[in-house]
This record gives sequence, structure tokens and C-alpha cells, in this order.
Amino acid sequence: MRDVPISNCEREFLLAIIAEKKRVDGRQPTDLRQVKIQFGSNFGSCEVSFGKTRVLATVSSEVAAPKQRRPNEGILFVNVELSPMGHPSFEQGRQTEESVELNRLMERCLKESRCVDLESLCIVVGEKVWTVRVDVTVVNQDGNMLDCASIAAIAALAHFKRPDVTVKGQEITIHTSDERDPIPLSIHHMPLCVTFAFFHQGKFLLIDPQEREERVTEGKMVIGMNKHREICMLQVTGQMLLHQDKVKQCTKMAFVKVVEMTELIQEALANDKTARSKGEKCGFAMSSEKEINTTVSPAKLVEDVSKTDLPMSSDSDSGSEQEMVEAGPQERPVGDSPKVVGKGVAIIGSAAVKKWEEEEERVKGDKKGKKKKEASVKEASVKGQQSRPQASAYF
Amino acid sequence: MEVMETSTNSPCLAALTCVLGDLSQADGSASFTHGNTSVLAATYGPCEVRMSKEILDQATVEVVCKPRVGLPNCADKYRERHIRDLFQATILVNLHPRSSVMIVLQERQDDGGLLATSINAACLALLDAGVSMKFLVAAVTALIDKDGNINLVPEEKPSDVEASASLTIVFNEKDLQVMGVTSSGKFSQEQYDRSVSLCRKATEHVFKFYRESMERKLSKSV
Repeated sequence: MRDVPISNCEREFLLAIIAEKKRVDGRQPTDLRQVKIQFGSNFGSCEVSFGKTRVLATVSSEVAAPKQRRPNEGILFVNVELSPMGHPSFEQGRQTEESVELNRLMERCLKESRCVDLESLCIVVGEKVWTVRVDVTVVNQDGNMLDCASIAAIAALAHFKRPDVTVKGQEITIHTSDERDPIPLSIHHMPLCVTFAFFHQGKFLLIDPQEREERVTEGKMVIGMNKHREICMLQVTGQMLLHQDKVKQCTKMAFVKVVEMTELIQEALANDKTARSKGEKCGFAMSSEKEINTTVSPAKLVEDVSKTDLPMSSDSDSGSEQEMVEAGPQERPVGDSPKVVGKGVAIIGSAAVKKWEEEEERVKGDKKGKKKKEASVKEASVKGQQSRPQASAYF
Repeated sequence: MEVMETSTNSPCLAALTCVLGDLSQADGSASFTHGNTSVLAATYGPCEVRMSKEILDQATVEVVCKPRVGLPNCADKYRERHIRDLFQATILVNLHPRSSVMIVLQERQDDGGLLATSINAACLALLDAGVSMKFLVAAVTALIDKDGNINLVPEEKPSDVEASASLTIVFNEKDLQVMGVTSSGKFSQEQYDRSVSLCRKATEHVFKFYRESMERKLSKSV
């Protein structure tokens, strides 16, 4: 499907409010959208969402011959794909300028920053090394794919574990996960990308532009940085000139964001690890359930999961119907009467309870740099529920 | 019921979850999880069709299956074809001549029964998009092990017993008739009949689940 161009009046409106330091979704110019990280049940699969932008990253490994010029190093392969699922204009199997740029930037960010220790991936010098492949798929494009993809890729790499290998003379044994615990990759640092979009001859800048804002931008600057303040990549695209002070200013801002996001990734990894060690259910099945059941207390949730087997015998049919209800999405506590949340509670049209004052307070809180709140993945998902409680009411 | 008696441990359907309208760009989307197998489905259309794929009196159904890792292989292409044929027959294609309905399926996690999960996810996404269909379809996979026991996949606790055959059977909602069967391995006529009746019972629950999730999506939240 062909892309629908943005209308002139929408463009003018967007540019006008950006000049007033406002944004269509109510964020501050330097705010990120809500970031959410989920891990799959397989090692090395990760889904990251930046607001509505969603990216899936999967890491896999296989044994292959090394490159001739680097016989003692493993190979890291990065592939970014714009799935036709993501946007009507993305087509299956066609390389566009956009996808090539994204691929190249991701490669520079991950490969050329040497964040993965490739020498530890060597099995037999000159003969056999591990090839680690990172597949990044854009599932929904709502702007700023690169930042989202770079977080997803790095989080997936950090989550991934390869099978253990022993070499005895000429004999190489690859152990299954039952025989020996798989080994995580050694990651030296986490390079993450931060995108800045510029407007009005570089006078105004936005962090984490959404799709509409990306369309009216004059140019973008991408800074790839790790939490040690090392710049791994810097790229400027578009038709604009930037003053060197602006670049320095952006670098400082990028550092703040990178530290924030690195903490988020590490927290998500730690959460996943504790869930696994406790033997709790993990993976997308579980995380999507959590997302749906945000209103249900965790104790109830566990109960739900165990109850959702549907016995096929006829005598328990009525029981299984009840369980089906519980397995469904948008779970709400049964028998709970709606509570008065605050002073300014109102109901608009067919939508749900609107928490005016709370919402305002939240925005104010964000202004004060209360971004720390988002660091916790659990809290972040709860917050997401708060900011879109009506979504399910519309059709 | 005789199905139940023949197998030692009663086969059960693993937990189903779905989130409808999860993606903002697609016309309809569903992330559907059956047990530990998870598929993300998105649909676009009816919209403009490429000239080469245009059919004069009906809509073209395009299906893209994306694997978890790497490029699509033969199995993915086979899945694509199977699902395309199924939905070409299910969607009221004559309502939208010279247009295209696109279904994109992304595998997120595979723990058995990927084809069945993909079909169910695609059906939910079409339902979410409001594409007119003759009836709803649902698929369930049955495994026949060496002793002739029949189990449904994906299971909550996968057994170590190796299956000798697997059958993925698609039913429609209208009269619960078989829409399509994909099989591998060797099985007898009697085993086939038993699998069909077991899967038919299971799909009833899937259809109930469809209805339930749609009701929840459309109901007012207070």
C-alpha cells in the first residue's frame, strides 16, 4: 500500500506547536515515551515498545567457519527487517532507503562499537567459531524505530545464552542445556541510540520523535552512547546545519537518557532472572497476561494461570466455561464496585472513569524529572494501564 | 466421550490469551497465545492491490508468515499457502473485487502447534479489523503417540512420549464441519475419526474464547 502523505495544515500545526515547545502527545521536548521491555521464554528473545512503536529482537547462534582475516573471532550478524506488519508502506522483501539506513546504523552501533566479546566465541582457531545472529523485526512503526531497535537488540544479546562447548583434541562436543548450563555472551558495554529531531533551522529539538513528528522534521541526529559516556556512533541526516554547541548539548542529554535506559534494561534482566530462578512462568505468554490483568492482584493471577487448563470432559463443561472467562483479556475484579478515585472524577460519553486531576499531577511530576518512576518495568506497565484505560472502550 | 475413555490421562487444551488491537498501524491485530506458543497477527485491507495480483471479481488474500529467526523457509511458505487458501474461502471475497486483504503473522514463540495458533491468531485479527467473513474458523492440533493415545498440543506439560503422527484440523463455527486437515506421520482411519471428534470438542472452546474476547473488547469498561 502506498504511504499517505501528511497534509499541509497538519504539518503547519505540528511545526507551530513545536515552536511553542509543545508536543501532540503532551510530552516535554526532551521526554521519552513509556519504555517497556519483555523477554520471551527462549533465551535471547526480547520485545521492546516505545509508546506504540514495537520491536521484536531474537538472537540465535550456530557454528560456522570464521572469516579468513580474523581466524580467532566469532561473527556477529545484525539484520533489521521492516515487517509488512509494522506500517502499510512496508513491503515484504523489498529493501528501501529507510531499511538500509536502519540496518547500517544498527550494525555500526553493535558491531563497530565491539560491545560483544567476539574472541570468546572462538571454538577452534581458523576452523570453527560461533556465529551470533541478531534478528530485529519492527512490528509497529510509530516513530523512532532506531532507539527502540537498539534497546531491543542489546537487551536480547544480554539475555541470550549459547550452548556450552568442550574441545578434546580433534573432538568438539556441543552440550545440550540439560547436560550443561548454557553460557551468556560477554557484553563489554551497552551502546544505545538516542535520536534527536530538529525543527526550524535547528532551533528546536525533540527527543524520541513519534511518527508524525518524524515526517515534518528537517533532519535527525543519532547519538550512540554507552553509560561510560563513550560515543560509539554519531550520525546526522537531513538537510540542516548544526552548531557545534548544539552537538555538545545533545551529547549531554543523550548521556542522561542512556543511563536511564541502561538501568531499565538491567532491571528488566534482573526481574527475568529472578522469575526464572523461582521457577515462575516467564515469556511472552506470561508477560502479555500480566499486561492484561493489571487490575488483578498477583495472588489471584497465579491462581488463574493454574486454573486455565480446560478439561475436555463433558461433566466439567460448565466449570470450564467459567475458566474461559478468566483466561480472557481485560480481566476485571468481579464484584468490585467502582471506587471514587479522586475529586475530579467524571465519566465522558461511553468511556471509562477519567482521572483528571491525577493525570495532571502525573504530568507535573514528569516535568520535575520524575523519570525514575519508569525505571521499574512493573511500575511502567501499571502506568501504561493508567494512561490508556479507555482504549478498550472504543471501537 | 468415548475419546475420553480411550486415553489414560484426559487431554486438555492449554491456556488461551489474546490482546486485540494491540498495534496502532494495522487495521486489525491480535496477539494470540496458546499454551507457550505465541503469534502476533496483523491485517490490512481491503485495500489497494498490486496489478499482478489483482483478481477482477474478488479480493486477493495475501498472507506473510515471518519466522522467529532468519529468512522464511519452506515450512513458513507452506504455512502461508495453507492459511491463504483457508481464508480465501472464509472471507467474503466477492464483496471487495480488485482489492487486497493482507494478513501478516509473526511467530514469537513456538512450543508446538504453530500452524493452529497462526490460524486462530489470523482469525482474531480479521475479526478485530471487521473484515466480513462467512464464518469464523479455529484450528486445533492433535498428537497421536505410539500407543494410540491422542493429545492436544500445545500441552501445558509436554510429555516425553514421541508422537507418531500429528493432525491440525480446522473447523468452521457454523456447523463445526472440517475445513481443512494438515497431517504428518502414519495413522489409522479410526485414529483419524477420534482425533476429529476430540478436536471438534476443543474448537468449541476456542470459538467460545473468540466470542468472549470480542465481547470484552466491545463492552464498556466502568
